Amino acid sequence: MKCRVCGQPASINLRSYKTALCDSDFIAFFEKRVATTIKKYRLIAEGDVPIVAVSGGKDSLSLWHLMNKLGIPCDGIYIDLGIEGYSDKSLDKIKKVAETLKRKVYVFPIGSVFDRGIDGLAKAIRRVPCSACGMIKRYMMNRICMDKGYNVLVTGHNLDDEASALFGNILYWKKEYLWKKDIALEAKEGHLSRKVKPFFLCSEREAAAYAIMSGIDYVYEECPFSMGAKSLTYKGMLNKLEEKSPGTKLMFLKGYLRALKERTKNEIDLQEETRETKYCVNCGYPSYTEKCTFCWTLEKFGLHCNIIFDEYC
Amino acid sequence: MKVEWEGKNYEFEKPMQVSRLLEELSLSREAHLVVANSKLVTEDHKLGIDDDIRVIRVISGG
Repeated sequence: MKCRVCGQPASINLRSYKTALCDSDFIAFFEKRVATTIKKYRLIAEGDVPIVAVSGGKDSLSLWHLMNKLGIPCDGIYIDLGIEGYSDKSLDKIKKVAETLKRKVYVFPIGSVFDRGIDGLAKAIRRVPCSACGMIKRYMMNRICMDKGYNVLVTGHNLDDEASALFGNILYWKKEYLWKKDIALEAKEGHLSRKVKPFFLCSEREAAAYAIMSGIDYVYEECPFSMGAKSLTYKGMLNKLEEKSPGTKLMFLKGYLRALKERTKNEIDLQEETRETKYCVNCGYPSYTEKCTFCWTLEKFGLHCNIIFDEYC
Repeated sequence: MKVEWEGKNYEFEKPMQVSRLLEELSLSREAHLVVANSKLVTEDHKLGIDDDIRVIRVISGG
């Protein structure tokens, strides 16, 4: 297979785009696609101060590298889950990328704050690890924006993440979540930062290929708690459809974005949450109860709302 | 032909195309990439008997 641009041997076959590309032409193609997504969906505006949520995996490290390469300077935030043999390895790789990019990375170390890793913390608050992890990550990533003056949180959610989540919401007809997915989620001034997903239309395969071709050293191992996750089953099913009909995942998400935009005001009013938005009395984070789950968790451990991040440059 | 996949090493006696290797390992081409001698290769690439091959899973969950 030859590269469609230069005729040299291709490194990747992109069947959904009916093309094959060599390393340098794929890197250029991928970067252009992300830059176009950022522009078309107005993900980053002039004067924004974005921060990238990094995990040590291919998506977030590729995104961090790419945003800075595109001339959008971004620091990083990492939630150290305290998983033995996994979290330290992730942090090492993140620190190396931070050093290369000459950017700062903030770290929230769950292990030293709560005196136990995410599995121990999850047990203490009677949740499964993925649920506790999601709660802490959502909270802390927003908190870093509020405390340190970043107004946009940039995450590495990719086409496969979004398509599998949408598939799950449709499969179980979760109306309360169905229309909440978007490429950009707006801020609630003083409470919630804006969230954007520049890889929304890029597949996991493309993000991994970009990382490999760009020499980004990421963690190949999977989080030990994600074994058996439903999202992996959905991704496998969608990939079977993709093999038969290339471009299916992209059409699924682009169709969703169109439908989301075309909803009438009446439909939006009917589908939107009717509960009044309240904010945590301690920290101001959106919450349905007087105190948010994170503040409630801190209290359970006799801790205060004053959060300190580790910082590496 | 030595192939590394998920931390394990597999030995194949004959050279083969990448697509055949993925079939032999029952792996989806949408969810995996193949690196031969530190370079990504496409499905039609013919792997040599002395190549250093690594299969990378690209799907992550959670």
